[in-house]
Amino acid sequence: MWATTPKRSGVDCNYYWPGKGETTVDQMTIYIILAGVFGLFMAWGIGANDVANAMATSVGSRALTVKKAIIIAAIFEFAGAYLAGGHVTKTIRKGIIESDVFCVGCQASPDILVYGMLAALLAAATWLLIASRNGWPVSTTHTIVGAVVGFAAVGVGPDAVQWGKVGTIVMSWVVSPLFAGILAYMIFSSVQKLILNTEHPFENAKRYGPLYLFAVGFLIAMVTIKKGLKHVGLDIGDGQAFLMALGLGAGIAIIGGLMIRRIKMDPRADRKFHYTNVEKVFGLMMIFTASAMAFAHGSNDVANAVGPVAAVVSVATTGTVLQQSVLPSWVLLLGGIGIVAGLATFGYRVMRTVGHKITELTPSRGFAAEIAAAGTVVMASYTGMPISTTHTLVGAVLGVGFARGIAALNLRVVGSIFMSWVVTLPAGAGLSIMFFYMFKGIFLT
Amino acid sequence: MVANSYLTNLFGRSPIRPLQEHMSKVFGCVSQLKPLLQAMVDNDQNEVRRIQRIISQLENDADSMKKELRHHLPKGLFMPIDRRDLLELLLMQDNIANQAKDIAGLVVGRKMTVPKSMHNLFLQYGERSIDAVAKALDVINELDELLETGFRGLEVERVEDMIKELNAIESETDKCQVELRDMLFAMEDDLKPTDVMFTYRLLEWIGNVGDYAEKVGSRLQLLLAR
Repeated sequence: MWATTPKRSGVDCNYYWPGKGETTVDQMTIYIILAGVFGLFMAWGIGANDVANAMATSVGSRALTVKKAIIIAAIFEFAGAYLAGGHVTKTIRKGIIESDVFCVGCQASPDILVYGMLAALLAAATWLLIASRNGWPVSTTHTIVGAVVGFAAVGVGPDAVQWGKVGTIVMSWVVSPLFAGILAYMIFSSVQKLILNTEHPFENAKRYGPLYLFAVGFLIAMVTIKKGLKHVGLDIGDGQAFLMALGLGAGIAIIGGLMIRRIKMDPRADRKFHYTNVEKVFGLMMIFTASAMAFAHGSNDVANAVGPVAAVVSVATTGTVLQQSVLPSWVLLLGGIGIVAGLATFGYRVMRTVGHKITELTPSRGFAAEIAAAGTVVMASYTGMPISTTHTLVGAVLGVGFARGIAALNLRVVGSIFMSWVVTLPAGAGLSIMFFYMFKGIFLT
Repeated sequence: MVANSYLTNLFGRSPIRPLQEHMSKVFGCVSQLKPLLQAMVDNDQNEVRRIQRIISQLENDADSMKKELRHHLPKGLFMPIDRRDLLELLLMQDNIANQAKDIAGLVVGRKMTVPKSMHNLFLQYGERSIDAVAKALDVINELDELLETGFRGLEVERVEDMIKELNAIESETDKCQVELRDMLFAMEDDLKPTDVMFTYRLLEWIGNVGDYAEKVGSRLQLLLAR
């Protein structure tokens, strides 16, 4: 059946596909199914492995049990992926490759893009599997971007890549941890000034805590309303969006405030460590920041799994690589489901392991780091930049550390992050090129 | 799947808890000086020997804790307190235990006694020196609170007050030492010269315990002044 692929001649793009013959429909279905399976697998891997990093700060500081963390992660990863994952997905789907190159009669036909995206997905999934088997920490985002660039640049040609956009993405990988670090430094310094270094830290924690929750709620609501609700079918104007976000932020602050108010001061707990009660307040507020973290992670990382899927689906259903084609929301749904499935099957174990290793982080620190990281990641999702949540969180934790907040940090991690870029990008690209020729060989002969 | 992430590698082991545990062990060791000196005054050689063994054991424990902590303080660690300051602090703490061990050794080895007229003040001197170490332990135990507040603000003031108290206790022991020396000097001619020599040394060593405790405090103060 492969042999009967229609000839790619000077047919007009729009009429080339969907074809009238049965074989084309079959092939189309096969592409979509393959993409769906690979994408689901990739999302599953993200849920199993990657989410643990986003949630581990909460588990490590004992603000959340692993079970609660899983429940929060499942809800908010899904919400983030489905409601705010569209923009980054668009970048992976058509922001890295030059879509003009892919059309009938052009340098490469649209189905070349299908093979490429399938190859990129399979490459990323394979590399992540190899890496996690060997205990190498790698970033999903870097792998998939490397893979997409790899097949396009080598499989098709250097002009198939939007190098300017790729440059911006690479820049965002440097900027996002830095930004999160500075933000975390500022947030933690304000926590010190307003709460910890005062005469009545417990009362001040209760007083100022909801303000931070408001900021987090507002930011996330704003991003969701502006970028997410359109594809769900709601279109809201700017002014209205702002008011809605204000309302949602205030709502979260009030709920948080009411929950905090119920914490009673226990003088006995403070005898051994004077800040036990204050930390309890932060521990409670971390339920909210952990939710924000999960939402942010979902909104950015779902694209790593479904971005290529969306590209394949778009080509397979329209036959062209249209710049303006809309993202089918079932693709994001697929990603969300995959992530939750990964969480349910493996996430528990990974989260417990990672959480147990970072117990030096107290809730007040985790709180500041999570706000900074979640804020940075959500803003990246807003601008469509695929960044690494884990790297961003590392930057945020370092920021807290520079405010003299953490007993001991291993700065060599920064070096290993750069090292992993050096390894992950070529590895993703290399595997992707390999799989690309493999798919081309299978489907085109 | 092996969970290995940048986050797990990012967090080094906090040196604060081990430092506090070391100091707590040191205090445990030093507080044995009280029954030791009592037994010495009572001339109970068996008891002296028994306690000397305990002190020696505790000093050994503190020593291995010190080595353990040093091993877990690699150079690449980023800490809110200077690595060198921390190691010096540890060394000061360890000196206290070493001094206690030497005192016990001296008391056993030379079957030390002190003239009856000195007994009361001598025991008091010992006790106050131990008090100084207890205060130093309190100060070290504030390190986690200091970390919580980022080594700033009210907590720093609280710790500085504690260090002042520590210094006050130490100067009390100094006064005791001067007084005891005077008493010993007045009796010198009636005592065996070697005994006198070693009694001076014993007084000095007990004083060292308080001195080192004070140094723990002033080391920490330097660390706060940064």
